[in-house]
Amino acid sequence: MSPWRAAARRFRRNRPAVAGTVVVAAMAAAALLAPLVTVDPLAQPDPVGLQDRPPSAAHPLGTDPYSRDVLSRTLHGAQVSLLVGVGAALLAVTLGTGVGLAAGLGGRRTDEVLMRGVDVALALPRIVLLLAVFAIWDRAPPAAVVVLIAATGWFQTSRIVRASVLGLKQADFVAAARALGSGRAGIVRRHLLPHVAAPVIVSASLDVGNIILLEAGLSYLGLGVRPPTPTWGNMIMDGKDVLLSAPWVALAPGCALVLTVVAFNLAGDGLRDALDPKAA
Amino acid sequence: MLRFAVRRLAFAVASVVAVVVITFLLVHAAPGEPMLGTPERTVASPETIARQRALFGLDRPLPEQFLRYAGNLARGELGMSFVLHRPVAAVLRDALPNTLLLGGTALVASLLLGLAAGALQAARHRTRTDALLGAATLVLYSVPVFWLGLLLLLVFGEGLHWLPVSGMTTPGLGDDLSRLGRALDVARHLVLPAASLALVQAAAFARFQRSALLETLGAEYVRAARARGLGERAVLLRHALRGALGSTITLAGLSVPYFLAGSVLVESIFGWPGLGRVAYDAIFARDYNVITAVALVSGVLVAAGNLLADVALAVADPRIRLGR
Repeated sequence: MSPWRAAARRFRRNRPAVAGTVVVAAMAAAALLAPLVTVDPLAQPDPVGLQDRPPSAAHPLGTDPYSRDVLSRTLHGAQVSLLVGVGAALLAVTLGTGVGLAAGLGGRRTDEVLMRGVDVALALPRIVLLLAVFAIWDRAPPAAVVVLIAATGWFQTSRIVRASVLGLKQADFVAAARALGSGRAGIVRRHLLPHVAAPVIVSASLDVGNIILLEAGLSYLGLGVRPPTPTWGNMIMDGKDVLLSAPWVALAPGCALVLTVVAFNLAGDGLRDALDPKAA
Repeated sequence: MLRFAVRRLAFAVASVVAVVVITFLLVHAAPGEPMLGTPERTVASPETIARQRALFGLDRPLPEQFLRYAGNLARGELGMSFVLHRPVAAVLRDALPNTLLLGGTALVASLLLGLAAGALQAARHRTRTDALLGAATLVLYSVPVFWLGLLLLLVFGEGLHWLPVSGMTTPGLGDDLSRLGRALDVARHLVLPAASLALVQAAAFARFQRSALLETLGAEYVRAARARGLGERAVLLRHALRGALGSTITLAGLSVPYFLAGSVLVESIFGWPGLGRVAYDAIFARDYNVITAVALVSGVLVAAGNLLADVALAVADPRIRLGR
């Protein structure tokens, strides 16, 4: 049995991890189907008469201070959170793997320069930089949020990849491949990437939850993907001032956030245990 | 050891310089200017704007502005806030202690809570206690800190009226109280914002502590101690926890960025007059000198945390190569 198939079996036997995966899939389905099954999240059928209404048949999760349907906005909010969380994690992993390979395979000088740069980058106050950029960039599209979060989030991955490449470079099977005349690209593709993949997948999957929380924090401050586009962060902002009189406005997106992040973390923990049986 | 410390210190200084340069460029290269106001609300006549820009040197080319800023910085001059019309140093002097109080309290509380929970989980590995604490830390670890803050505010402030929800002191009360009374008043205001920050971070610490301890409990020297006939409690306290102490200090040092980021959100919810509030206001007002100075202070705090983490790790674990 291949190590990957063994890992898949360990993952399937891990009930919390499977539950997390199911919830993530359900959230993704909700995000995709939201436009079909719910009303327009921006619609204000009666801007004055329908403010902060409690849950009812017409509005199962009530309405917000702008008379908009909270259920529809919560489901649509999943789009931004999942897009940014998964998109930025994937992009960050790609960047980090690229830099890590370059540092591990390049010469001493390349390695020194890249890793000192990464050390400095890890000391940057990420939130201050992101706040500054998005405060100035009023109409940043979601893609820009993805790119900037990824651009400030790949440093740790590059260290992981570099460390395992440095270890693998000396391994006998790599030396054998080189002796048999494999080119550098072939060695990277066939021998290095498969070994680097496990730790990288684990760190990326555990990062998705953190990125979703980071995006929610930005949009809670009114930055990044801006209102009126529904995001869980800006919905909580809308509900902040009516916390006592209309708690559903902030509770619905907050619960959706916690549920989604818990699900990603369960799946990530499960992947870690499945791919690295020693750590379980 | 000394060589290692000097190298790390030099590196910390370099990273702070990089933070200042990057922030300066980012802020000045971005479109929009402090003097122009927003498009909907023009603040002044073109002549006034030109005069103001000249006054603050914003009409000069960017490299010249940067050299001047760097020169001032080297002399310890942080410049003036365009918006508050106060020296930036004075703004920071007012805000920084408040953030250090909030962040420091939260850090200590989260370390105590998190490490205790993690140790308990490791000691009761694969029992119901472990599972319950595991579920609790997983949920807290996944909660947005601002949402937790709002929930605490809703329950303990607005609902039960146990604790104040905004600011650092009760207005109008300060002058009548004794020193102790004032300190207690601040402490009461501190509880909710500090709890919001601490609970989330405690969950992260607990998760780390549990897996670090479980790893140590499987290590050779712990097995050897067991073989000598030591009880489980003695093994845990004398051997496993000691191995984890260095990593605890490292953890505390590396958590500085989290507390800085969290303070921006939590201070805005609870009206805590700290660095996070200053950063938030300055960013929206495009108050260049304040933004750069906040980035500088954050950079120094993060670099100091990293330095502490590295040194603690090297002292605690002689196997770590000091060279590099």
